Amino acid sequence: MNAIGVENLNVWFGKGRDRNQAVSDVSFAVRTGESFGLVGESGSGKSTILRAITGLVPSWSGRMEIAGIALGKARSRQFYKTVQMVFQDPYASLHPRHSVDQVLGEALKLHGFRDVDQRIERLLKDVGLGPAFRFRYPHQLSGGQRQRVAIARALAPEPDILLLDEPTSALDVSVQAEILNLLTDLRAENGLTYVMVSHDLAVIGHMCERLAVMQAGRIVEEMTVEDMRALRSTEPYTKQLLESSLGYTRET
Amino acid sequence: MSLIEVEDLWVRFPTRTGVFDAVRGVSFSLGRERLGIVGESGSGKSMTGRAILRLIRPPGKVEATHIAVEGDDILKMSERQMRDVRGQRISMIMQDPKFSLNPVMTVGDQIIEAYTQAHGSRANAREKTLEMLDAVAIRDAERVMRAYPHEMSGGMGQRIMIAMMMIPNPSVLIADEPTSALDVSVQTQVLRIMDRLVSERGMGLIFISHDLNLVSAFCDRVLIMYAGRVVETCRADRLHEAEHPYTRGLLNSLPRLDAPRRRLEVLKRDPAWSDPGSVRGSS
Amino acid sequence: MSQFDVTGTRARSGWHDWLMTETPRSRRQARIGSFYQGWLTLRRNPMAMFGLSILVFLVLLAIFAPLLAPKDPYAQDLGARLLPLGSEGYPLGSDSLGRDILSRLIYGARITLYIVALVALIAPIVGLFVGTVAGYAGGWVDTILMRITDIFLAFPRLVLALAFVAALGAGIENAIIAISLTAWPPYARIARAETLTIRKADYIAAVRLQGAGPLRIITKHIWPLCISSLIVRVTLDMAGIILAAAGLGFLGLGAQPPSPEWGAMISEGRRFILDHWWVATMPGLAIFIVSLAFNLLGDGMRDVLDPKDAGK
Repeated sequence: MNAIGVENLNVWFGKGRDRNQAVSDVSFAVRTGESFGLVGESGSGKSTILRAITGLVPSWSGRMEIAGIALGKARSRQFYKTVQMVFQDPYASLHPRHSVDQVLGEALKLHGFRDVDQRIERLLKDVGLGPAFRFRYPHQLSGGQRQRVAIARALAPEPDILLLDEPTSALDVSVQAEILNLLTDLRAENGLTYVMVSHDLAVIGHMCERLAVMQAGRIVEEMTVEDMRALRSTEPYTKQLLESSLGYTRET
Repeated sequence: MSLIEVEDLWVRFPTRTGVFDAVRGVSFSLGRERLGIVGESGSGKSMTGRAILRLIRPPGKVEATHIAVEGDDILKMSERQMRDVRGQRISMIMQDPKFSLNPVMTVGDQIIEAYTQAHGSRANAREKTLEMLDAVAIRDAERVMRAYPHEMSGGMGQRIMIAMMMIPNPSVLIADEPTSALDVSVQTQVLRIMDRLVSERGMGLIFISHDLNLVSAFCDRVLIMYAGRVVETCRADRLHEAEHPYTRGLLNSLPRLDAPRRRLEVLKRDPAWSDPGSVRGSS
Repeated sequence: MSQFDVTGTRARSGWHDWLMTETPRSRRQARIGSFYQGWLTLRRNPMAMFGLSILVFLVLLAIFAPLLAPKDPYAQDLGARLLPLGSEGYPLGSDSLGRDILSRLIYGARITLYIVALVALIAPIVGLFVGTVAGYAGGWVDTILMRITDIFLAFPRLVLALAFVAALGAGIENAIIAISLTAWPPYARIARAETLTIRKADYIAAVRLQGAGPLRIITKHIWPLCISSLIVRVTLDMAGIILAAAGLGFLGLGAQPPSPEWGAMISEGRRFILDHWWVATMPGLAIFIVSLAFNLLGDGMRDVLDPKDAGK
């Protein structure tokens, strides 16, 4: 069973002469419970795919399915109970005037939960924040703590699928490790399906089982993480990307 | 003689809580080498780089026994003399070229201006500019000179910045996360250019970065900063044998392509790391 | 960075700690705490505090006018006409009908505050509503709302207010309505500009992914961020509003005699400006001081409320 199916997806911005094709003819499928990576450089369209799935970008064509059900132009509340997203920059994804309590409380109320108080405490515990953080405002939190709140918000409706848009690229490496471990644990505990977007092949290698390499809006190659680690790639672009990711080698 | 010598550097910011020390007693020297300064955000690595150019904005204060640039103590210099040091003897490359280039001047005009300022005459400025753009691997230099900064990609912008900074032939280059905003493939290219220019001209380089692997591969020597202090210093190629628990923790928290692990190691911060005096970073 | 220190005396430290705690235990404590921190920032700005104290003084003056005013502001004493400053029983002199200028100024504070409060309520709310709806909805809604705003903006404020008052009839309530109607377009502009940046933010995208509709997003997510810059702007505009009200009063279209409205008082004093300068100057000074106080406070509020700094 596929959690996500994408076929011939095209996404563009603007109209007429200003039309900018961000994603061209992309197809991939993610199995339930799998962790799938989308890798590419900036502007390759990887984040745009996530935004198209969640309905944040209205201009797309092709076919997108969640758990076998095709997506239309609008998204239902039921959709948001199934699919949630964690954004790249935790400094931009939390409302500066809303406390942690407001952020989580609002998400829970929107999804029709009654026992909001208990659930907020549960969510905070799940993402490794104590109850002490409940009434803090974003400016009183560090980057890692903010990202934990953002993850808690995404978990609030108890989704099956989590879309992760570079969730650690704005964080220090030691904090990145904490967040990646947290995401690994959450997936194991809740049986989540992940789609993770990143420019960092090592992060994708750590988090995912399969990945697709993107360049200029197209998927160049799909491969397993084992293949990636072994540098078994047929595409020159993937090879080049892998080589530069392995680190800088000095000219002698 | 070392190009730069810093002795007991403190950078202080007054806050409502009292004084916040961003850099706490850092000492090091720089020869004709590449010195990496690594650390996480808030470790004081950027502040150290800016302090050498006296670029800390008030109310921040720089204090040190001395900060010598080729033997001259910059703390005793007037703002006017300082302007000659910046750019002429020490150049700085920042993370995002978008904020360092003037948006309403063509790239060519900006480089020519930099050249005129450095050499006092416009003669040969154009040829030198083209030469410099060529040195940073910009192929259609003529077209790039007529372009405005916003028409440049990130990697192109950063190469132009490097070209501009190299024109006065400075003896030291301070690069503050010069490639963090760039894609990996472009990163390699920019680094390669910097690499070549620094070795050809025998310059000293201070390379400030959060990326341990990069610093380890790119530099000769590394200072590891934590909470405003240098906790460890070592040869860059031996970084992976570093001993300080903080350095080890950072290294272990990185996911690696060649060595998969089920869980990443999480850094447990020891308050004692910020206590002891800075390690001297002199070669 | 924690931005807290020990301010004030020992006795207050319990409260202070409760307010400044990094780990508030309830929604209320968190909210009051963040207000308190804004207050501490404001308090460090001496000019803003100076402005604030003048305004507090003005409010007290208005509340206790009957107790503070030495005389009845309407009581005429034709025997004591146009007395100079410092006359016996008339510290700021008297006007052409022998009324005590000081008492009239004190009662006038009530009218000034009434105008200011009502305009400050109406104009920004209309502006906020129009601006955020236009900014968030975009498309033709935006075009229509903003063109209406442009039309209002194209007239000089006082002239437009004059036209309204002429149509509605002279009087203080109509003056307030007229000023409000001319004052909202700049707020709509500001609110729209802010909305355009805010709507692209990730936190708006995040709440859309929770299934929130446009109404909730505008009222709960966009308004709180626009309101602070509007408050700043209103405070800074207050001087202009007082002056517009005074201008209407001066032209005889605002508060009607014998009401001690400051603008109307200047208007009455105009006839004697050369020989009896204080009759027009004293209310003029009052307008000046209060306008200045609002400007100083507005400047300080900008430091506290500017949402661009709130995240840092």
